[in-house]
Amino acid sequence: MIASIRGRNLLSLDELSDTAILEVLDTAELFVEVNQRTIKKVPALKGRVVASLFFEESTRTRLSFETAAKRLSADVLSLAVASSSVKKGESLRDTIATIDALGIDAVVMRHSSSGAAHQVGGYVPHVRVINAGDGLHQHPTQGLLDVFTVRQVLAERAHAKGSETGKELFAGLHVLIVGDIRHSRVARSDIAAYSALGAEVRLAAPGTLRPASLQDWPVSVADDFDDALQWADVVGVLRLQRERGTGSFVPSLAEFTQTFGLTTERARRLRPSTIVMHPGPMNRGVEIDSAVADSPAAVIERQVSNGVPIRMAALYLSVTGSAEEASS
Amino acid sequence: MDAHASSPSRRRDDFVPRSLLLSADDVQRAVRRMAHEVVERVRETDCLVVLGLQTGGVAFAQALAASLWDITAQQVHQGTLDVSFYRDDVGQRPFIASAASQVPVDLDDRVVLLVDDVLFTGRTIRSALNALGDFGRPRAVQLAVMVDRGHRELPIRPDYVGKNLPTSLSEEIAATTEGVWIGSRGAS
Repeated sequence: MIASIRGRNLLSLDELSDTAILEVLDTAELFVEVNQRTIKKVPALKGRVVASLFFEESTRTRLSFETAAKRLSADVLSLAVASSSVKKGESLRDTIATIDALGIDAVVMRHSSSGAAHQVGGYVPHVRVINAGDGLHQHPTQGLLDVFTVRQVLAERAHAKGSETGKELFAGLHVLIVGDIRHSRVARSDIAAYSALGAEVRLAAPGTLRPASLQDWPVSVADDFDDALQWADVVGVLRLQRERGTGSFVPSLAEFTQTFGLTTERARRLRPSTIVMHPGPMNRGVEIDSAVADSPAAVIERQVSNGVPIRMAALYLSVTGSAEEASS
Repeated sequence: MDAHASSPSRRRDDFVPRSLLLSADDVQRAVRRMAHEVVERVRETDCLVVLGLQTGGVAFAQALAASLWDITAQQVHQGTLDVSFYRDDVGQRPFIASAASQVPVDLDDRVVLLVDDVLFTGRTIRSALNALGDFGRPRAVQLAVMVDRGHRELPIRPDYVGKNLPTSLSEEIAATTEGVWIGSRGAS
């Protein structure tokens, strides 16, 4: 287990201890304040270069990472993969070597292959690698911003500061994750983060959308979705990933919505205090109804705005820290 | 290691006090004297914003603001400033996570009084001056410190000093509203 991401790559939440996760959350809290100023910038990464390599399409994650890097005063090299030599068949290794030759301090990378970020970490050991989503494996900053958002909401209700509560608000918290677990790297990162902090995670998904190796996960499976909704303090709805062929795992989208969609009808069964989350982009009317997504229980916009401070914290700790100080 | 192992309050974990230099009463008297000096110099205290540097300066800023209120019967604006992300030694020394800045008002055309516990190399103050620029353009910035221990590395000087304490580099100072101690770092 990694006890701090200072000076280290952020590849997977599976390998982070609760201490490492809390350090990112507490640091992000400082950056929330920076993001509320008129001048939303601090010189913490001045002169450092962050390369943003998105081999897979993305709007919010990419914008969020680049905003985060810029607010830390880093220079951002952004590779537009569609118009790059990758299209001419350049290998990942060569692309990284080329960018590294320009002199970079960190790479933020999204790739459709699980383990791609880990591989890049091996190519350029002197560069910090932040995984922005690799295949079906992990999306660490999404998991971090989800637990950050939950802690923020619960701390506000308790009139406390998130950093003062540590992980206590997660003790015994009921988290229900619904939908396409099989293809979801967000689910894998969320499960790791919630369980590390002491929450109880339950999954609800049709059999075809459950991962094969479920028995090794620190989760239980809900027998009945509607009962589980009443049990839940937090409901994390996942996107039905049609681009990964999920459509063929369910008889029809309408049937999926009928059985596992968070419809307006179903949302009435939620307790008033239950928090509804979605990592975006949403398929409105498929996994979540528009009315539910726009209801006061939903914190979806807050998840997006928390993305920036969380990614600032991840970049700041990973790039400026040194591994020695983390172990001291 | 707990979640707050890197918080500044733990920074002085290895501080071994040798002797008490100022008692809580001495500190309180020094704060009150500095408050009088501030009133004398600033005159219109309604434009004053007292900012304590996270985290050692915060308690002194509160004490100073309380004294200013006693003297002028006017509440002064009060806040805190965190300079972690403005330091020139980011990545060279252990990361110090502290509480976020809270600047209550736009600093344009205000007189900002920065407050810290110990003035040493001056680098924290330089970082604070850089940070202030992101909150507005104050008419003037002044500095109050409880202890000036010397060894400046930058052309920075305090406007108000609680106590001048010439020290050697091997010594350490701990200044709180409970008292001021001189000592050294532990063997750890």
